[in-house]
Amino acid sequence: MTREETPGVRDIAVVAFAQTDVLRTTDELSEVEMLMPVLHSVLDRTGLKTADIGFTCSGSCDYLAGRAFSFTLALDGVGAWPPISESHVETDGAWALYEAWTKLLTGDADTALVYSYGKSSPGSLRDVLTRQLDPYYVAPLWPDSVALAALQAQALIDAGEADESALASIGTRSRRVATLNSHAQLRGTVAQGDYAVRPLRTGDCPPVGDGAAAVILAAGERARELCSRPAWIRGIDHRVEAHSLGVRDLTDSPSTRLAAERAGAFERPVDTAELHAPFSAQEIVLRKALRLDDSVRVNLSGGALAANPMMAAGLIRIGEAAARIHRGESDRALAHATSGPCLQQNLVAVLEGDAR
Amino acid sequence: MPEVLKAPLVIEFPFTRSLGPVQSAFLTGLRERVVLGVKTTDDRTLVPPVEYDPVTAEELHDLVEVAATGTVTTWAWNHAPRRGQPLATPFAWVLVRLDGADTALLHALDAPGPGAVHTGMRVRIRWAEERTGAITDIACFEPHDGGPAELTGTTGEFTDPVTGIVAPARLDYTYSPGRAQSAYIEALATRRTVGERCPSCRKVYVPPRGACPTCGVPTAEQVEVGPRGTVTTFCIVNIKAKNLDIEVPYVYAHIALDGAGLALHGRISGIPYDQVRMGLRVEPVWTDDARYPDHYRPTGEPDADYDAYKELL
Repeated sequence: MTREETPGVRDIAVVAFAQTDVLRTTDELSEVEMLMPVLHSVLDRTGLKTADIGFTCSGSCDYLAGRAFSFTLALDGVGAWPPISESHVETDGAWALYEAWTKLLTGDADTALVYSYGKSSPGSLRDVLTRQLDPYYVAPLWPDSVALAALQAQALIDAGEADESALASIGTRSRRVATLNSHAQLRGTVAQGDYAVRPLRTGDCPPVGDGAAAVILAAGERARELCSRPAWIRGIDHRVEAHSLGVRDLTDSPSTRLAAERAGAFERPVDTAELHAPFSAQEIVLRKALRLDDSVRVNLSGGALAANPMMAAGLIRIGEAAARIHRGESDRALAHATSGPCLQQNLVAVLEGDAR
Repeated sequence: MPEVLKAPLVIEFPFTRSLGPVQSAFLTGLRERVVLGVKTTDDRTLVPPVEYDPVTAEELHDLVEVAATGTVTTWAWNHAPRRGQPLATPFAWVLVRLDGADTALLHALDAPGPGAVHTGMRVRIRWAEERTGAITDIACFEPHDGGPAELTGTTGEFTDPVTGIVAPARLDYTYSPGRAQSAYIEALATRRTVGERCPSCRKVYVPPRGACPTCGVPTAEQVEVGPRGTVTTFCIVNIKAKNLDIEVPYVYAHIALDGAGLALHGRISGIPYDQVRMGLRVEPVWTDDARYPDHYRPTGEPDADYDAYKELL
């Protein structure tokens, strides 16, 4: 929903963002050891201490670690004593941010710490992700994440909206611009590679990596105290498709379009977009759903094709978009996060800096 | 930095799931070589069928038979099948709209190569020889040169319907405990217990986790604790766990090792179960090839004063 629909509500902004370098393996670090530098970094940027934070919300997934309630150990990095107001979502941290935003809207808190992390390296990610599928009709067949994305890519090719070279150019561009992003996992020239699952080649697929991210939200004047140019959240919404892939038109993303509409994305043009498109073909689907033309700078961070830490990549999109506003490089930015196979769940946030 | 510890970790579980009326009919049908869809109020036929309309959320229950033949709506060539997938040889993943259906079903297509597959191609179900009432009763699809297969004329009602499925899941991990816990495990190999002291509140965490949960700061200073300790609290276990060769009743206790800032847990033995008490002084007992103490036994020292461990309860 947008602020305009609910008059009288408070302005809430992203005031700080931090992320780890995304790495193929981080064996020497436990999850909390990986996460803690990011938490300290994002707090340092605002001068806040853990005790100053009104609400804390995290995103992660037990299936990545192969361990139940793994997020409770990560809480050690937050300093949860004396007791804090805390919550967790078992998905990407972008949804944790949504929960934190609604918490701040209620007025119960003025600041929120949102973090998320994923270590994909302990398991085989393609197999792990099959466990999020419909357990009756789909999961028993073990269709992996790359296979499902490949079905979507072929549907796009059949519809005449892409070909293999168009897909390749998306990965190439993403990794080229990622040379400016020191946190990205794949940067510069990367071979398009062999077919992973045809028509997708390895260059059309995201790298598998470990990483973490954190943002701080603040309401009203508190945001101005903590950040010289807050990234105001003008609207945020998330929508889901039917879970059965065979019901959906895989060449389109009506849930993204609806979320964007409800977040106010189409009211005025954006100058920047950070899209969470783990597979090259998905960027084409998202650009269409979000009506982004060439005037919009898309994924200057390199996006998910350069670094896709599970559970953090969506939150990083919001963080990257906000950071551009903080630095004065954007005035109105769109951030998108996805979760599930073939863009099943989609979240869109619209961020703005104060007029200059 | 010491060598990073790693070990295989296998998570295996048979997920037992019950079926609603629509799923039960569909999966029972597969067992009987019949494919059922469900009708929506706007007269679409959903295959595989669902219990609620994905558009209107209305409850659905009108089952209708569709053909075991259909058309590929999209596909992807899988040259390297993974464990658990329908075929062990290279195959195509396909979404198939069965004749009579308005939506598509995900499955595998057995074909000689990607050149033999295209969107719009005609396919038919290859049934598994042994069928139990599961999506894997469809072994895969195979190319089909022709029109819709004849329907069986089933009513959708079966004797002995399938009411549940068991879906075995297995995921393989390589577990690595991280820096702090690796140091703890390596010290245990030499029968020492090592914790980490918080630089801020000075508490010693055993086992160490690399962070002080109170202060939210990294811990790094290693501190050896124990080997002796004090029972802070305990319980008497009267129910024998499966595959456990410890006789009941036995005592399970929280033990604050000397120098530790919080208690860990262990079994108490070498004393009748009904004589274990708070404050009892204990020491670890190691068996020959163990990687951690088998249990703790009384040291014979006088009991610790309550004030000495009351903060560690």
